[in-house]
Amino acid sequence: MLLDSLRVDVADFEARTGWSVQPEGLCQGDVCLPLPPNAVDGNTLDVQAVADRAGMPLVHDEAHGVWALGPAAGPERRALTTARAPELELPDLRTGEQFRLSSLRGQKVLLLAWASW
Amino acid sequence: MWQELREELHPKGFEVVTVALDVGGVDATKEFVDRAKAQHPSLLDEAHVVDELFGVVNVPNGVWIDEDQMIVRPAEPAFPGRNPVMESFEKMDLSTLPPDVADIMREVKKIKTDPAAYKVALLDWVERGADSPYALSPDEVVARSHPRTDHEARAAAHFELGQHLHRSGDHEAAIPHWREAHRLQPDNWTYKRQAWNFEDPVRQGPTDVYEGSWIDDVRKIGAENYYPVVDLSH
Repeated sequence: MLLDSLRVDVADFEARTGWSVQPEGLCQGDVCLPLPPNAVDGNTLDVQAVADRAGMPLVHDEAHGVWALGPAAGPERRALTTARAPELELPDLRTGEQFRLSSLRGQKVLLLAWASW
Repeated sequence: MWQELREELHPKGFEVVTVALDVGGVDATKEFVDRAKAQHPSLLDEAHVVDELFGVVNVPNGVWIDEDQMIVRPAEPAFPGRNPVMESFEKMDLSTLPPDVADIMREVKKIKTDPAAYKVALLDWVERGADSPYALSPDEVVARSHPRTDHEARAAAHFELGQHLHRSGDHEAAIPHWREAHRLQPDNWTYKRQAWNFEDPVRQGPTDVYEGSWIDDVRKIGAENYYPVVDLSH
């Protein structure tokens, strides 16, 4: 997730990373990680605290004043922590409108990654 | 090819969602979607977020998602019954090509895929759902998804920084981040091919900018391993 500050809007964080901020902490699937008491402040989240707790790398490009928060990692981890499909929200090239994968609930879906290169 | 299969299976409650992993954005991708007259959602993923969210490392890759939004097969090479690109390569006379392109084509021809078996499995799942032996359990789905050590996670962060800087108009600033992504996750072809393509869109050949190139990196792993074998045993 791309960041221009180390406090991030909770809703943006949830939409981009697939983790949700709950009273018990940071949750994905059956996993909940407790957060330090000051990590959530109103609608914003302390990125450094979350990165430390969830094992997410935080990479900084100092010259450009931007950070990228990588996905949660660990020696035994896989790309998926749960089989529940993460939300995916991207523009549809046909219409330019944002499309949400969850709008296809009730149908079988083949998500097919391709590229022009 | 996907459009054809989609039309056939759509009445059975099946949908295709294509995702273009392309830093080049609308300019690089829309013409393909328009030409295919796609009836299905055709998404643009400029930051390659599906690598991070689903464990995609190469294209084409497919993920099966059931009616309850549960993944039943994680990212793996996906072909719609035939692979017309590979078929056209089979007929190609390599002696008519420049030598370095012919070298690339010789490697391409060694790449192994099984489009027919993949289609059989897909049709079976669309027909039988959870009863299909090709629909995997949640534990199996997680276990088969790509490893996510600290290296893969850092690679994702560097790739994302790189594409952001490139799209902000500072291509030079993107390069060190993309080089780092390649070093950290050498088996991610979307990060590598995307970056090489800006330097050499025809061959993705050796340059002074990146350590690797398509042909060198493919030879290193063996072209037959470019796509992992899709395990359709049951």
